[in-house]
Amino acid sequence: MGVKSWMESWPVYRQWADGDPLGRGSAAKSRTSGTLQPRIADADHVTKSVCPFCAVGCGQNVYVKDERVVQIEGDPDSPISRGRLCPRGSSSLQLTTGDAREYAVRYRRPGGTEWEDLDLDTAMDMIAGRVVASRREGWQWEHEGMRVRRTMGFASLGGATLDNEENYLIKKLFTALGAIQIENQARI
Amino acid sequence: MAECHPVGFQWVMEAKARGATVIHVDPRFTRTSALADLHVPLRAGTDIAFLGGIINHVLENERYFHDYVVAYTNASTLVGEDFVDTEDLDGVFSGLDPEERHYDFSTWQYEGGEVQAASGARYQVAGERVEGKDGSDGPRSGVREAARGEAHGSGGAGITGDFETDETLQHPRTVFQILKRHFSRYTPEMVAETCGVPMETFLRVCELLEENSTPERTSAFVYSVGWTHHTVGVQYVRTASILQALLGNIGRPGGGILALRGHASIQGSTDIPTLFNILPGYIPMLHAESSTDLQTYVAAEKAEKGYWAELGSYLVSLLKAWWGPAATAENEYCFDYLPRLTGSHSSFETVMAQLEGECKGYFLLGENPAVGSANAKMQRLGMANLDWLVVRDFSLIESATWWKDGPEIETGEMRTEDIGTEVFFLPAAAHTEKDGSFTNTQRLLQWHHQAVEPAGDARSDLWFLFHLGRKIRERLAGSTDERDRPILDLTWDYPTKPMPSHPGDDEPEAEAVLAEINGWDGHGTPLSSYQQLRADGSTACGCWIYCGTYADGVNQAARRKPGTEQDWVAKEWGWAWPANRRILYNRASAAPDGTPWSERKAYLWWDADEKKWVGHDVPDFSPTKAPDHVPPEDATGVAALSGTDAFIMQADGKAWLYVPAGLTDGPLPAHYESQESPVDNPLYRQQRNPVRQIEPVVHPADRFQPSGDEPGAQVFPYALTTYRIAEHHTAGGMSRWSPYLSELAPTMFCEVAPELARERGLEHGGWAHVVTARNVIEARVMVTDRMPSLRVAGRVLHQVGLPYHWGPNGLVTGDAANELTSLVMDPNVHIMETKALACDIRPGRRPRGPDRLALVADYHRRAGITERTGLDPAVGGAAGKDGKDGT
Repeated sequence: MGVKSWMESWPVYRQWADGDPLGRGSAAKSRTSGTLQPRIADADHVTKSVCPFCAVGCGQNVYVKDERVVQIEGDPDSPISRGRLCPRGSSSLQLTTGDAREYAVRYRRPGGTEWEDLDLDTAMDMIAGRVVASRREGWQWEHEGMRVRRTMGFASLGGATLDNEENYLIKKLFTALGAIQIENQARI
Repeated sequence: MAECHPVGFQWVMEAKARGATVIHVDPRFTRTSALADLHVPLRAGTDIAFLGGIINHVLENERYFHDYVVAYTNASTLVGEDFVDTEDLDGVFSGLDPEERHYDFSTWQYEGGEVQAASGARYQVAGERVEGKDGSDGPRSGVREAARGEAHGSGGAGITGDFETDETLQHPRTVFQILKRHFSRYTPEMVAETCGVPMETFLRVCELLEENSTPERTSAFVYSVGWTHHTVGVQYVRTASILQALLGNIGRPGGGILALRGHASIQGSTDIPTLFNILPGYIPMLHAESSTDLQTYVAAEKAEKGYWAELGSYLVSLLKAWWGPAATAENEYCFDYLPRLTGSHSSFETVMAQLEGECKGYFLLGENPAVGSANAKMQRLGMANLDWLVVRDFSLIESATWWKDGPEIETGEMRTEDIGTEVFFLPAAAHTEKDGSFTNTQRLLQWHHQAVEPAGDARSDLWFLFHLGRKIRERLAGSTDERDRPILDLTWDYPTKPMPSHPGDDEPEAEAVLAEINGWDGHGTPLSSYQQLRADGSTACGCWIYCGTYADGVNQAARRKPGTEQDWVAKEWGWAWPANRRILYNRASAAPDGTPWSERKAYLWWDADEKKWVGHDVPDFSPTKAPDHVPPEDATGVAALSGTDAFIMQADGKAWLYVPAGLTDGPLPAHYESQESPVDNPLYRQQRNPVRQIEPVVHPADRFQPSGDEPGAQVFPYALTTYRIAEHHTAGGMSRWSPYLSELAPTMFCEVAPELARERGLEHGGWAHVVTARNVIEARVMVTDRMPSLRVAGRVLHQVGLPYHWGPNGLVTGDAANELTSLVMDPNVHIMETKALACDIRPGRRPRGPDRLALVADYHRRAGITERTGLDPAVGGAAGKDGKDGT
């Protein structure tokens, strides 16, 4: 280390030379912290998103590296949130990438005491079969002499973090099947 | 607001920094109270008395905005001679059938005409229209129960006849004079007695609000489910509407009544409803009695004046979106493909249908009723009687695992081996893993883009629905059964995109679904406005109020021009329904002559040179209709609105201080006690809402308590309310599995005042158990002044506060508050009463195993609870008091 760089590494010198007289800025950085980079610095791309918790609708920037979400921060562009997120919104990274998420279908047979594994496509086939059967069993052409053209055989209750497009397909598909017991958190 | 919508609250703080006064009215002291100028604690369940008191103060002291009231409200309209108010019937309105628990609404109408509901129970009039047509005897109770409350929630009204008005507001039957008499008993003394708010505090609130509601200034109300989760929830909001209309605070910048909704797209879930009673865009679902064919349906439900006159266009366009080429004029655009209602089919009725074995299958799509719904045990009992259950969520929530480790397994009420329900748990994709739009609390659609693909078996609900529909259609292909036509004729050919990490699997294009929601004309060109919709089958549109969100083939919801590069209205961020209007009824921001009420509050005004409305927002009015426009006598629909009919979706173009049709429980709000209350109603002999919805669910696990002065009520001496905190999200499905949030708020707790802690021997940080007629739960005790005891009805009343975020699963666990709540509901919208109950609280943990049931049974015995407790029919009038013989 030369004298010059030795001098420049001295915090007192840096406070004076870097215009940080109170030593609360760059002068206080250690060599380690000086080399730290925010985890968003080398993200491959940023995707614009919206917080999935409450209905304020804060903007989120989703940082992606190697096809994995590495950070979620508030979007400063949003005129609603101006870059801010609350404790819940700030936990979005954990919500979406944390180890509490399940990634495999689980199946419990009638009377079963434990979960079993099940292939996703098989599960979809089984569910489609159950819907068709229950729909038929609960079918009503008439109710108290009036035409109703419906099924009481199955019901649906949706959360309010569903996208509009998802809600639209729920209502469209289940109504076309004749189901009327279609409900949502919006009444809860 | 600082707890549940913290980032939205920054704007309240901005306003405060600019001189606004912030008043927080809430039973508990929260982070909102800490930052407010004034915190007003009141007894849970008494907001109508509080707001009614302010209305009385405004009227008595002539502090209303006179010119606004005369021009834009129905204050001057005369009500028919048959109407009798609560003042003369001891707490109920004319038309009550106490046995059947419903009102005959005919006496509530205006003099000289019949008015269709603005938003609410339109069938009140629809039924009569059908009656005239087919000779039936009008709507039966099933129609009344069908929650038409949200139908036409975006407005809408029909009107016939000429109403008499008196613009001097002096005629005794004007709405204005009725209002004065009705609220005259809501005095400051009565507010103090009922709400526990000292008179001087109450009068200060009145003064602050009144002096801030003028041509120069506006006041806003913000509420959440603290107002709606009551047997009189709709009337809470009505009371605020009356007050804000009287003060001239609607349709003006800085004014309004803002419902802060709790979930990312809960507004969207209402607009594009996964709700039983409405079709997309608040079009009422078909009802068996009044929906025999398209023409009859439209005639019964449409309005003569305003934008709901075009109901037929909205519905036919929806049918074209769903059934495409199969929907033709000859088959009434497949109108008959739509299933019909015969009553209420809310999730609570569904529980009963499950217990009865009628409903055999259940989809839970991002929802956790085993913790999040009122009387959670009822939800689990229902699920235990299903053939099959599909749960789609991030983690193994309680609604997925109750068969294995639910509370009833511990008490011995159920044995896992005996439960026949087949359970499919399918992992869901996160918002970062799919494209789609959320509609936020201010009706703003915002698009979120996919950042990465979901891993493993996780999939979007869009994927799930699309492929489920595809597989069902494959199974039924070739069927000649008439019942299968709707599913086979359905347009279900959405374009898909491959998922590289899941070879052979395709994700439907969310933007293609949005394009269908927006709609297109006969050439497939995207529509830009709902005014383009036609009833002749030439347009298709999945949700008429969202028409324009894909105008010019551009995803308007994905617009993200930075806020710093726009004016304060920020019209180029996302897209607000309808027509990207940011403040509804903004015509009212100008005086009748089209000039702003004041320079300071100028928002929309008439440009006489340009002959159009100009300003900061898209006009919520015909853009070139002059302020002095008088419609021709025979005009209908939009053309029938005058240049001062600012409330364009209403039957008469006016804000309604009095509701002649549309509500099931009265044309005016009245304070009733909650189903279970430690207090006798100080205002009327009628204790509870006489038409509250309580009968459909009668079950041993859903018993009610005696109230007020009834024998046994003293067994549950404390008021109980439930709420949320900043660190957790609703029933916890998105927060109890998060290490950060779990660390911030690690356990279920109850908040009690020091006086209550002394009375019951509760220790701060120790355990307590809370008991209602439904169940007993345990919680850590937080002894705090944040839940103050109040002086009510001549005595000190203690309140117990419970957050409802916890359940048995996740990183941080606790008993669910919803074990304590019951299935009694608001009669308009079927929402349950979870914000005002009565309870007991004792030190120590709750008993385990069968002893838990024994403890609740002992409370039943001590309080004399039977299956009839709290169910007795409303008596009303001078004949007696509802609930007096409750045990």
